[in-house]
Amino acid sequence: MPALGADMTAGRLIAWLKRPGQTVTRGDIIAEVDTDKGVIEIEVFTSGVLEKILVEPGAKVPVGTPLAVIREAGGTPAPAPVAVALPEGRARVSPAARRLAAELGVDPAAVHGTGPEGAVTLEDVRQASGKGARGERMRQAVAAAVTRSKREIPHYYIGHTIDLGPVTTWLAEQNRDRPVARRLVHSALLVKAVALGLRDFPELNARWVEGRVAPIADINVGLAISLRDGGLVAPALHHADRLSVDELMASTLDLVGRARAGTLRSSELSDPTVTVTILGDRGVDTVYGVIYPPQVAIVGFGKVVQGAWVVDGGVVARPLVRATLAADHRVSDGHRGALFLAAVADRLREPGRL
Amino acid sequence: MTRDELRQALLGVLKEIAPEADLSRLAPDAPIRDQLDIDSIDFMRLLIGVHEKLHVDVPEADYPKVAALTGLLDYVDARLAGGSAQE
Repeated sequence: MPALGADMTAGRLIAWLKRPGQTVTRGDIIAEVDTDKGVIEIEVFTSGVLEKILVEPGAKVPVGTPLAVIREAGGTPAPAPVAVALPEGRARVSPAARRLAAELGVDPAAVHGTGPEGAVTLEDVRQASGKGARGERMRQAVAAAVTRSKREIPHYYIGHTIDLGPVTTWLAEQNRDRPVARRLVHSALLVKAVALGLRDFPELNARWVEGRVAPIADINVGLAISLRDGGLVAPALHHADRLSVDELMASTLDLVGRARAGTLRSSELSDPTVTVTILGDRGVDTVYGVIYPPQVAIVGFGKVVQGAWVVDGGVVARPLVRATLAADHRVSDGHRGALFLAAVADRLREPGRL
Repeated sequence: MTRDELRQALLGVLKEIAPEADLSRLAPDAPIRDQLDIDSIDFMRLLIGVHEKLHVDVPEADYPKVAALTGLLDYVDARLAGGSAQE
């Protein structure tokens, strides 16, 4: 059971998408797990043959529990002893749903089932109880993460106003001749500029683990996506520094769609190395971010506004955006943070090179 | 496609973008983005959905015309009727 967030302690296996004996390839989605972030697709991290399933659908197990044994090509399977709660099969209401119903004080016989052949699912029980809807469970996960963040991480905050004139002009030129499916929005360029900027500031693309900073080679930008039913997720745009702006845009559209539909993948939740939050759509000028542990930095962008800007001694109207950095002061200092934001601003001066 | 069918098709696209929204409460003449809390990425997804389902590509310059449901409906209706829908 992978940890799909800083404060996830357990997950409930919903379904296996592969059967014992089937060949699996690294990256395949092999199972679905119900977590406080909704239903997440679990990817396999090795290639081989699925030899044995250790956790049956319906069982809730702690993070770290082996879910299955995979025999790597030519290898022997590693023994993975684990205590597994096997569900006793009873028609129409799974033991997991029955347990949840008992916890929530719901009569499972009275719940309308939406699963296969009218089976009562966990979600049906939650719906019937009026408790634990996705938004509410996510709220609890967010609460745990930000509480830990503010308790443990000494944040510092700095801001840098950036002239987005070149970006806005470039985008208008690009989008004029592009079909709608290939059009770009600001956020793709902002994310790319951050990702490239981080290459020179590895201490901001890092984890704070047991009293020391551990820089991470991959730059996986977690894009904060606010879900309208009250949840918040920040799934990874993997290797954002190496993706073209077009690829970043396509990945962003895909990620947002799947975040809303509740079909994010395990690696997308576990892999972000830094977070970018863009809150300008509702008129916010300045974002003061809360770091998502164990990350050590979050970059925020506000609304792009027409503002007064001095160019060559004269005041002109320019599209401006306020970029902010909230960073872990144990790991970096304001001076380095300032240099990083200046590097991001530099990158945005030449959008054609992003 | 009748106007009502078109309306249903557009609401279908909106439902995919904002599955949690109660579209029966959508005021037809007020901006969709404000009512459904749709950000710039979701607005792109809406226009991509319109393009996929109805084969009408709304150019960036026309975004203000399609801000509300009625405007979007009028726009797509006119483009389909005029035969000038892009692929």
